Amino acid sequence: MEKSNSKILFALIIFLALFPVVVLNVRAIGHYLDVMIFVGIYSLINLGLSLLMGYAGQISLGHAAFFGLGAYSSGILCTKLSLSPWLAMVAGVCLTALVAYIVGVPSLKLKGHYLAMATLGFGVIVYIFFNEEVALTGGPSGFSDIPGLTIFGLDLNNDLYYYILVWSLVLLTLVFSLNVINSRIGRALRSLHDSEVAANAMGVETSRFKVIIFVLSGAYASIAGSLYTHYVGFLSPSSFDLFLSIKLVMMVVVGGMHNIWGALLGTWLLTFLGNEWLHVFRDFDILVYGAVLLAIVMFLPEGLVGLTPKMRWLWKRS
Amino acid sequence: MERISLIGQLTQYLFTGITVGSIYALVAVGFNIIYNVTEIINFAQGEFVMLGGLIMVFFTAVAKLPLPVAFILTIAAVTGVGALMERFTINPLKNATVLTMIIVTIAVSILFKGIAMFVWGKDPYIIPPFSGSEPIFILGAAIQTQTIWVLLITAVVVVLLTLFFKKTRYGKAMLACADDPEAARLVGIRVNIMVLISFALSAAIGAVAGAIITPISLMEYDRGALLALKGFGAAVMGGLGSFYGAVVAGIFLGIIESLCAGFVSSGYKDAVALLLLLLVLYIRPSGLFGNVEASKIKEF
Amino acid sequence: MGSENFSTFLSVVDLRKSFGGVQALNGLSFTVESGTIKAVIGPNGAGKTTLFNVISGVFPPNTGSIAFDGESIEGKKAGEIARLGVSRTFQNVEVFGRMTVLENVMVGRHIQSRAGIISAGLKLPRMRREERQIREGARDYLKFVGLEHKAGELAGNLPLGEQKLLEIARALATEPKMLLLDEPAGGLNTRETEGLAALIHRILERGITVVLVEHDMNLVMDISDEIVVMNFGEKIAEGKPKEIKNDPVVIEAYLGEEVDYSDL
Repeated sequence: MEKSNSKILFALIIFLALFPVVVLNVRAIGHYLDVMIFVGIYSLINLGLSLLMGYAGQISLGHAAFFGLGAYSSGILCTKLSLSPWLAMVAGVCLTALVAYIVGVPSLKLKGHYLAMATLGFGVIVYIFFNEEVALTGGPSGFSDIPGLTIFGLDLNNDLYYYILVWSLVLLTLVFSLNVINSRIGRALRSLHDSEVAANAMGVETSRFKVIIFVLSGAYASIAGSLYTHYVGFLSPSSFDLFLSIKLVMMVVVGGMHNIWGALLGTWLLTFLGNEWLHVFRDFDILVYGAVLLAIVMFLPEGLVGLTPKMRWLWKRS
Repeated sequence: MERISLIGQLTQYLFTGITVGSIYALVAVGFNIIYNVTEIINFAQGEFVMLGGLIMVFFTAVAKLPLPVAFILTIAAVTGVGALMERFTINPLKNATVLTMIIVTIAVSILFKGIAMFVWGKDPYIIPPFSGSEPIFILGAAIQTQTIWVLLITAVVVVLLTLFFKKTRYGKAMLACADDPEAARLVGIRVNIMVLISFALSAAIGAVAGAIITPISLMEYDRGALLALKGFGAAVMGGLGSFYGAVVAGIFLGIIESLCAGFVSSGYKDAVALLLLLLVLYIRPSGLFGNVEASKIKEF
Repeated sequence: MGSENFSTFLSVVDLRKSFGGVQALNGLSFTVESGTIKAVIGPNGAGKTTLFNVISGVFPPNTGSIAFDGESIEGKKAGEIARLGVSRTFQNVEVFGRMTVLENVMVGRHIQSRAGIISAGLKLPRMRREERQIREGARDYLKFVGLEHKAGELAGNLPLGEQKLLEIARALATEPKMLLLDEPAGGLNTRETEGLAALIHRILERGITVVLVEHDMNLVMDISDEIVVMNFGEKIAEGKPKEIKNDPVVIEAYLGEEVDYSDL
């Protein structure tokens, strides 16, 4: 891992360790822990999306579907078949990876707009499936009473424990992703982004790597879905709709899509904005989201992390 | 009895399909006009339809303007929206990557959706049909008069667009841009202006679609995305960029969807249309009638 | 390869490729002997770059065959052809601009390494070892072209001449048997071109066969063992530099192309 990455990772771990200590002692923001769990869940998806968009150069407007597949797999297997939640999570990952593979192979042959529309279409189809297969999914009203997670007999049905669980998984996924980025696979992906024709001439298997990353990002989203299910305890299709797919892409873009730290920053910011700081806008969050996204793409194409070199420059000058 | 009612049903579904399909066709044509000039797929295309419907509601039900006046004002308003969108979001972004353009048009579509929710709220709106609410009976099927209006106006739009592209200076210039933007620039066509016109024109077509369908299917703030997706499906099926391909494919998609809703499952009708889109993308991305040359697509 | 020093290494037979109505390659045939330098010249639009693109698998030919080192490669994908030992550079440099110079060459080592996503993500010891080898190998190739002092810079920030050298280092890193150079001297000054000629000879000494498309006639005449002259997608002449210089057909084809005519 590169030095700068280790430093940021270290800072992140310190922040994550201090966060609950501060938050749980200040009453007014005690519920921030709950928001931070959602930040972690969405971060897990967006780590994959960032690999896909920022490194493999492929867009997906259907990642809510993978999130949903993970969530419903866990929900259904745990309640209807009484499977162990951890086994259900693994089963969900396998199922989602399989679906991602089946969809990814033909989809990733498409480029640009075609790929965007294909993934969008896929996302909506899965959403319709969640709505219509009432016997399996409970239809539009969904189903509840999904058990929480336990580990070695320890009940994780507690915000602090769940926070630790979610963010440990995020950190593991983050390190895994950073390792991939700094390996021959990461280089191959970045090279594809700069010049596909040259990358091909170097023997980089374009289509294979795109599919691998697509499947990996699907697997991340599936784990996130399982964690979501066991945390909130109920499921309905509206949590996995088209707007979520778009919001996920937005988080990555707002943070900075060519940088994995950007994905985390964007997720953190937009989740807090959406769940907490924009409550005044409640129903009109779409309007705010649209405006923020538009402003970022137009004026800050590198996302918020694109600001850091400028800030550093200002810092040095003062 | 049984047979007649089956024919009646079939007729009913066919008409419904052609009506909805006309709207898909108009959305698809809107996609194509912008794509031909700019190679951008405008993800906000569906929002033009939504805005067309809701602004029509405002002019007829709230401002109580006579129908033709409301219709024309609606088109003018949405055309303005399209032109503004181009000036403020597309025009400033020179040399943007396809990924950026996708995200920009998505951002605009979310913004439009947000504005519509802000202005009109979340409830669907309806306006009375353009003339008489008594249905016409054909082969035992009850056909709403608005259906006739939809078909008629769609046909008029197709004819007008054909004339525009074949006969007018601007229309020909736009076709030239589609063929070869560099060459068009060299012969003195102002590509910049053509891009503006393409957005304005697409918005106008979207507005027409929204205004004529609202009496049948109602309109609400979040209808844009699905309309865009299906319109895109029609555009791809017809061969992206192909004008008549889009019209035929749009109506075809509408009929398939309507038959599926009638005979199989109404819940899955959208899924079937989208599945069809995916299959076409996977198997014949050049479209059902297109050739491979026409499917040249911009890369990231 | 046989016991002979020179044997047919690449043979192109009746290659045709058209785009829309334009016939970019129109029944082109020629051969390249192993361990030689062959130049492909011709006026702009003669189909030279198309030839390279077809050989290296950017797109397949319409008809015709290409045999490389005893294996038929026409229509194979770029990656497969790279694995068989053909590497190339590009006329309009295609370096990976947002990656460092060293990383560019490390991408060149791609087919010589094999770590998968799991071992890369978990940083298994096997993968660490391989990563170290990739890095050291890449440094060697940078040294070979004289760019080791730029290893940490972003490739996009290098001047054109160095980007061209970087492309050569990257191509060499794949350990090719044959190297296709597409206008390596384009945009270089005289001194840089001289350095390039020396570099190409050193590449040859490593046992790598070189085929180049080039407009700089001094360079071509200086270093090539044989020259193919193309016009309108066809071969109009082939032979040693001396023969080509005096070929009336070639001179006629170049009439009007002032830049190169003076050099002939």
